[in-house]
Amino acid sequence: MFSLLRKERMWRSHDLRRRYDVVIVGAGVHGLSTAYHLGQLHGVRSVALLDRGYLGGGNSGRNTAILRSNYRTPEGIPFYDASVKLYEQMSEELGWNVMFSQCGHLTLAHSDAGIVGLRVRAENNQLMGVDSRLIDLGEIRRLVPGMDLSDRARYPILAALYHPPGGVIRHDAVVWGYARACDRMGIEIHTDTEVTGIRRNGRKIESVVTNRGEIATETVLNCTAGWATTISDMVSVPLPIVSYPLQACVTQPLKPFLHHVIVSATLHVYVNQTDKGELVIGAEIDPYQSYNMRATLPTLEQMATYTLELFPQLHAIRVLRQWGGICDMTPDFAPIIGCAEEVDRFYMNVGWGTYGFKAAPAAGKFTAEMIATGSTPGIIAPFTPARFRAGKLLGEKAAAAVSH
Amino acid sequence: MSFQLRCPQCGPRSVYEFRFGGEVRQRPLPDAAQEEWYRYVHTKKNQAGEQMEWWFHRSGCRQWLQAVRNTISNEVKRTWFPDEDNE
Ligand SMILES: Cc1cc2nc3c(=O)[nH]c(=O)nc-3n(C[C@H](O)[C@H](O)[C@H](O)COP(=O)(O)OP(=O)(O)OC[C@H]3O[C@@H](n4cnc5c(N)ncnc54)[C@H](O)[C@@H]3O)c2cc1C
Repeated sequence: MFSLLRKERMWRSHDLRRRYDVVIVGAGVHGLSTAYHLGQLHGVRSVALLDRGYLGGGNSGRNTAILRSNYRTPEGIPFYDASVKLYEQMSEELGWNVMFSQCGHLTLAHSDAGIVGLRVRAENNQLMGVDSRLIDLGEIRRLVPGMDLSDRARYPILAALYHPPGGVIRHDAVVWGYARACDRMGIEIHTDTEVTGIRRNGRKIESVVTNRGEIATETVLNCTAGWATTISDMVSVPLPIVSYPLQACVTQPLKPFLHHVIVSATLHVYVNQTDKGELVIGAEIDPYQSYNMRATLPTLEQMATYTLELFPQLHAIRVLRQWGGICDMTPDFAPIIGCAEEVDRFYMNVGWGTYGFKAAPAAGKFTAEMIATGSTPGIIAPFTPARFRAGKLLGEKAAAAVSH
Repeated sequence: MSFQLRCPQCGPRSVYEFRFGGEVRQRPLPDAAQEEWYRYVHTKKNQAGEQMEWWFHRSGCRQWLQAVRNTISNEVKRTWFPDEDNE
């Protein structure tokens, strides 16, 4: 409580300098994590993080903060596992409590096909050392006694993928913790600074144009999530990204009754209860492409309907807030990390869609290594932007999308 | 309701009656360069602003139509059937 009254600032504002070694567009969790690792591990500190809004005003402040590593593919599993492990150390590393609660994560199956899909994930996870297993109704009942496990439900629950290290984190704390650490290393965070153009000469970048003036640099990193293509358009680099809204809501606080994160792809919904007692509920993406963040009634109705399928006893509770964010969806539900094929030193760490918060520590760490050393670490190599031209798409849809 | 589209056959209806079909794109000729096919198959304009796009009136006349919509405001400027004379 008293820490709220402290005098120390988390990060300071600065005048824009005329040049920086690296300009990062987008100060969400991915831009911040990359900047932090550039400074911390590679001594690259002439870095400007530019954001047109306030810090964490993009998806990094709008997500449901669920972390897990029980993905499906041999490319995805070790990457997300590395990220969750970095999150486990983060409070200590940053000297700042990010409130990571590894309460456990359950993905429900409502059909035989659903069970088969979860079994594949459990087997792949175990092979790669991730704690993840299929559990039956008896064990689900012991873990989540408040959920409707009867066979009267429209889509009765048959089994679940149980992932004990999964959980939730305080997303704002992660953003602020990284921002504070960046500031202490002399990395500059510039909010209310919109990138409006990027000048290039042939394959080389010359400068970044903003509403606060022009900055000379040879190296740009695009971390703008839902707005990724608006930035890559500035250097004529087309991307396989389409922006879709994703919405979530939070209810009034209730007595603690739910101690795990519950996800159902069949019901297009995920639910967890915060330490304050509120239920945080997320939906699937809206059914049309858009940059509009307004919350809508059909999505609220959908979240309510499906949450009541799982927890009918919640029929009379109130919704406190509902909001949306803009997600950068890729065709294979995997991110795009690498240097553009068409422009030198135009890097991107985008395509995080509906699932990128959990990935930030690892993505930032390895993106920083790529920018500082010029060679791509093997763990992020499969996410190269060149994979589409080469026809080497990844198969993460079943584990990354809530439905479909 | 989030917004409405005017189906040229059925009139103004909730967007939830339609299936979104993505941005309108020009299909390359069969013998076009591989680069052109790559761009057609994978990359997207993902326009922030007015774009021409496909919609299917799933819960109505079950016809494909085209619309001009502003992807920032969701305002729908125009709708028509693609085989109609486009003005
Ligand atoms: C409702 C919802 C629930 C989610 N739930 C989860 C979850 O449970 N677990 C999980 O792992 N992930 C989740 N996600 C996804 C996750 O939030 C994102 O993938 C992640 O936060 C992306 O971080 P980012 O730093 O790439 O982007 P953002 O945090 O969106 O940051 C991008 C920044 O770019 C800035 N920007 C844009 N254009 C410009 C410009 N021209 N100039 C300057 N700055 C610009 C924006 O202002 C913004 O701050 C969810 C997302 C949403 C919307």
